Amino acid sequence: MSRDRVWFRSIRALSGAVLLVWLILPLVPLAIWSFARGWRFPDILPQDWTLQAWTYALSDTSGVLGSLGLSVWIATATTVISILIGVPAGRALGLYQFRGKGLVELVILAPIIVPGIAAALGIHAVFIGLGLTNTVTGVVLVHLVPTLPYMVLVMAGIFANYDPAFEQQARSLGASPLQAFWHVTLPLILPGIIVGSLFAFLVSWGQYVLTLLIGGGRVVTLPLLLFNFAASGRNDITGAISMIYILPGMLIVILTARILTGQSDAARGFGRA
Amino acid sequence: MTHVSIHALTKTYPGAIAPTIDQLSLDIPSGELIALLGPSGGGKTTVLKMIAGLLDPTGGDICFDGRSVLRDNPEARGAVMVFQNTLLFPHLSVADNVGFGLRMRKIPRDQIGPRVTQMLDMVKLPGLGRRKPTELSGGQQQRAALARALIIQPNVLLLDEPLSSLDAHLRQDMRDLIRSLQQALGITTIIVTHDQQEAVMMADRIALILNGQLRQYGPPDAFYKRPADEGVARFFGGQNFVPGVVRGGLFLSPLGPLTLPYGIADGHGTLTIRPESLRLGQGENARPASVTDRHYLGTQTRLKLRIGGVELDALLPPNTADEVNTGDTITIHMPRQNLWVFAG
Repeated sequence: MSRDRVWFRSIRALSGAVLLVWLILPLVPLAIWSFARGWRFPDILPQDWTLQAWTYALSDTSGVLGSLGLSVWIATATTVISILIGVPAGRALGLYQFRGKGLVELVILAPIIVPGIAAALGIHAVFIGLGLTNTVTGVVLVHLVPTLPYMVLVMAGIFANYDPAFEQQARSLGASPLQAFWHVTLPLILPGIIVGSLFAFLVSWGQYVLTLLIGGGRVVTLPLLLFNFAASGRNDITGAISMIYILPGMLIVILTARILTGQSDAARGFGRA
Repeated sequence: MTHVSIHALTKTYPGAIAPTIDQLSLDIPSGELIALLGPSGGGKTTVLKMIAGLLDPTGGDICFDGRSVLRDNPEARGAVMVFQNTLLFPHLSVADNVGFGLRMRKIPRDQIGPRVTQMLDMVKLPGLGRRKPTELSGGQQQRAALARALIIQPNVLLLDEPLSSLDAHLRQDMRDLIRSLQQALGITTIIVTHDQQEAVMMADRIALILNGQLRQYGPPDAFYKRPADEGVARFFGGQNFVPGVVRGGLFLSPLGPLTLPYGIADGHGTLTIRPESLRLGQGENARPASVTDRHYLGTQTRLKLRIGGVELDALLPPNTADEVNTGDTITIHMPRQNLWVFAG
């Protein structure tokens, strides 16, 4: 084994360790809390262990399962709508040159740049007029503000490296427009749709301020519920809900690490090809 | 077997001043292979895409067997286009690529398999069906793309520069393969190429398109023997152009009266004779010529000649010009069947 390889291996091991510590370590106290019956300052570990917090969190009275279902529903709806808007928009930005393209890119990226709460206050005023405040629909719509930029950005990157002549070739070989999309376009852009959907789902999953503002406290997603318990000082229940809350993110990262780190066209941003 | 006729086909891209293709009319007899020849970027691919239905013409008509196909969708035309960069679908295996057209036609899978195998054998890719397109060489990709087009038994086969991405030695194989398959299957075929040699070797007829306009359409030898104008002659390597007047079967110019082949009308015209058609020694239309330059090319000798104040290029066969040197005066002759005059 050459010296370079040794170097490479040790650097890889080191960065792996840093990443692990950075991602996992903050979660350890939460995990411990969720099984603890009291955990006072000088103790390194709790004196007593219990499943009480988990039993409560998973019971009907806590509302955790209801909020979990609502969060999944809102994040899924947001993701689906992001795909329906983001794929055509990304295609337009990635494939074609048109007047005002720079401006459109800026407008699409604006929600990432502008603080969400500023935009949300304006949206809130509009949504009151439309009767969308305090509704799940309103929350889904406002979640699109931060999710769409990710979706469009990823799809623009995919389409910048995509040759639309593949569709013409499919048509010429006898495919209808729908068949050409289903058998040729979709498989070619699927990695981008997956990556963009993960972003969209997780961004929606993590929303607190927008949900609180537009949902008016009536639409209680998991982060809102979590904050309620955290604010009331119930560290054990907070720990248990946190574990549940983290779960989809963890699952997604584990399931898709290969796509996210591979040689995918996704995550290349706006192409200028 | 489909007879393709194109009438006054015109394409002007939005925002363009001049049409890319201007009033193109071609009649392509069924089962023939014709070459659309012209410099790169001359709108030839545009013609193919319009025939395939992938691009709407600005004007004109395209008929298959006398029926206009302009309103037919590309998938309904039976004209299959093979793109220059093959465009094999990267997510499908070679076999799935070749079988694509059959799958789109909802043909049962158990019937597709044997036909794909048979097709891969035909294009000499036996046993490579399970590979991904990226695992094929450039020549193999071209053949896979050809198989994918031929498997659906198209009425019209449209090939866009099928040889341009291949190395010289692969080019000949592919050329022979295309020609033999086309002959065996009798498919009306249109090939786009910028290479006049390729067009001459493959095509029954050549359509030369310069600046978006059809300049000459006919069998390959006509482009050498009877070019329509100076541009056509130059595209095919013509060098010698002498303006003058035709009167009673003679061409009158500073070269002195030359006997012409029969059937050339009187009037002003330009005489052309190909460099390789000039002959050394006495014979018909003989002239004394002074040699102003000499280049030995290995298989030929190129001479620059001056006859009556006119510069002519001559390409002489090996061993005939070994004794000729710059500054010599020699006798050359121009057999009348090698002379051609076009108007203007």
